[in-house]
Amino acid sequence: MSVSIITLIVLGIAVLGFFLGRQRALSLSASSGKRLHSLPGYYGQMVFLFAAVPALLLMTAWLFMQPILIEGRISANIPDSVIPEGGARSLVMADVRRIAGGLDALIADSGMTETALDQMRADETDVRSQLGNVGVALGSDVPVQVFEAAKEYRASSKTGSLLMSIAVLAVCGLFAAWSLLRISPDQRARNVSEGFVLALLVGASLVAILTTVGIVTSLLFETFHFFKLYPAREFFFSTVWNPQFRGGSELGILPLLWGTLYVSFIALLLAVPVGLMIAIYLAEYASKAMRSVAKPAIEVLAGIPTIVYGLFALITVGPFLRDWLAQPMGLGNSSSSVLTAGLVMGIMLIPFVSSLSDDIINAVPQSMRDGSFGLGATKSETIRQVILPAALPGVVGAVLLAASRAIGETMIVVMGAGAAAKLGLNPFEAMTTVTVKIVSQLTGDTEFASPETLVAFALGLTLFVFTLGLNVLALYIVRKYREQYE
Amino acid sequence: MNDMSRLERTVGTKNIKMECRDCQVYYGDTHAIKDVNVDIEDKTVTAFIGPSGCGKSTFLRCLNRMNDTISVARVEGQFKLDGEDIYDRRVDPVQLRAKVGMVFQKPNPFPKSIYDNVAYGPRIHGLARNKAELDDIVEQALRRGALWNEVKDRLDAPGTGLSGGQQQRLCIARAVATEPEVLLMDEPCSALDPIATAQVEELIDELRQSYSVVIVTHSMQQAARVSQKTAFFHLGNLVEFGETGQIFTNPVDPRTESYITGRIG
Repeated sequence: MSVSIITLIVLGIAVLGFFLGRQRALSLSASSGKRLHSLPGYYGQMVFLFAAVPALLLMTAWLFMQPILIEGRISANIPDSVIPEGGARSLVMADVRRIAGGLDALIADSGMTETALDQMRADETDVRSQLGNVGVALGSDVPVQVFEAAKEYRASSKTGSLLMSIAVLAVCGLFAAWSLLRISPDQRARNVSEGFVLALLVGASLVAILTTVGIVTSLLFETFHFFKLYPAREFFFSTVWNPQFRGGSELGILPLLWGTLYVSFIALLLAVPVGLMIAIYLAEYASKAMRSVAKPAIEVLAGIPTIVYGLFALITVGPFLRDWLAQPMGLGNSSSSVLTAGLVMGIMLIPFVSSLSDDIINAVPQSMRDGSFGLGATKSETIRQVILPAALPGVVGAVLLAASRAIGETMIVVMGAGAAAKLGLNPFEAMTTVTVKIVSQLTGDTEFASPETLVAFALGLTLFVFTLGLNVLALYIVRKYREQYE
Repeated sequence: MNDMSRLERTVGTKNIKMECRDCQVYYGDTHAIKDVNVDIEDKTVTAFIGPSGCGKSTFLRCLNRMNDTISVARVEGQFKLDGEDIYDRRVDPVQLRAKVGMVFQKPNPFPKSIYDNVAYGPRIHGLARNKAELDDIVEQALRRGALWNEVKDRLDAPGTGLSGGQQQRLCIARAVATEPEVLLMDEPCSALDPIATAQVEELIDELRQSYSVVIVTHSMQQAARVSQKTAFFHLGNLVEFGETGQIFTNPVDPRTESYITGRIG
């Protein structure tokens, strides 16, 4: 039975359980003359949940575990002799899986019987061409052991699915019956469904948390590999970034980190004052009509894909800065420069700062403004001396969020600042950032297990630690000062 | 106290500080204040009483042009402070609010230190030439606000950390520090407990020595305790205005009598 059919059956039993449970609760209450603790629907819901949730959970777990277990067993049975020189066991296992899939197709398409398949031998029939006929192309002839392994794989998968169907349906039926029998007027069915809701919500939060943990561990794992191949001290303290395809690269993070910080700094230098002033205008001065037009218009900036910003940097801002500033001042003649990327990134960040700060400034109670106006302060005095100090923690949080966004930005830098890893102060020079180098190292054609590729993970982890630190700092500041004016 | 102030009331006529004639206020299409005429005397506490939504707070906010900050509000009529029209084009509302200070219903200290809260007005208006003068102004204001003894050792503590009654007295001290001529109070005790209320009422009575005080209140007992003149508002109209003793003991208008005896409200 396929997974979708089992799911449908389980849900069918659960729906049936809902009506039975509701019915049973009502009739029990009528016959015993006791009032139900909960509304009748809750008893039905309880049976529904007990029928569906454990069975579906079991099925999910089974679907995860079965391939792992079967593959482990079969791959242990494959002799080393069939593994080609320089290849890996996992490649052979991929073949096994494809042949097993092909055999399924063979039975479905060409009407081959199971017994015929059992008697089929790789050394007697041309398995490769037969499989080719049903659309499964293999690179070479199939060795006997691999073919046998594929047959075994197929057989185990079939037994596994059969066992799974039985187990899932049994669990579903048993839990449904058990919860049906347990129903009595005193039973707290409301609280049971409350418990399920809680579990559902906790589960949803776990998805987010576990994903973060997963990302970090995968990064950590590869970074660990990298540091086995390349000294950590060199990575963190060397000022030269010079990857070579033939090995002997120098992979110092400092020039990249410097580029990242320089570009982000210029971006924030533009985005923070402009964004803050926009926020103040929108929150304090703009009329309702103006606000309803201006705010969405500014937020359009946030919706522009960064690659489009990159194009803007490449064909407009870069040449403009080169022709009107860099060349007349004799500071360089490159159209990609730190300043280009920084300015364009700053424009991208404006809506982040302005939108968040606007919300925060609006959250400052009106009584603060009244108090200040009542003392004869002007609008700008009120903003400078009362509203901004009160809103400061939130504004700092907004700025730090924008900063972590800037540090992680890639496309604008590739197209605006170039790809040359350099340590320098001249803002008209091309430089590059950590993110750009992650992309170029991973998409190059060097071997995966080389330090030149694995360095991408170390760079990624460093970046992650940086932005995580900024986010934690932002949260800390916001929390520490939040309640001051409440 | 009531008896004493009633004696005082009969003594002499006082200067008129603010004079309001034919005042109208509109909120969009709503006519919130209709034909109100009130004279506010110097060194007197004037109370505005009336049921909720009768326009007493709106009218109070006209006296220092706080309604200017509400875009839909429109004010008509004559409001004179010492004979000068405060809605005249030459008058700067910001300067006016320094002369006509305001204390709000809910204590609203700024998220700054106690000292900075009180020094806020004097700093904005440049009332002190140096730190010593500013210290002096702050101390005087806190003494006037009857708060000095409680906070003199912790002027650097945040104003928001004080109790509700202390916060309200801090707000009064803050308003007093800019040396206003008229002090407007919009239900200053409605968020306070009875003890804090008594302290603030006592303070209002002292402030009468130096300022003209206008207080909006929901509590008729409070109006009777602290004020010398009382105005009764109903549905945007000024129903009756006169000596507090007369309003409470011998009201002319039947509506006033109904409100005071608790039949409307």
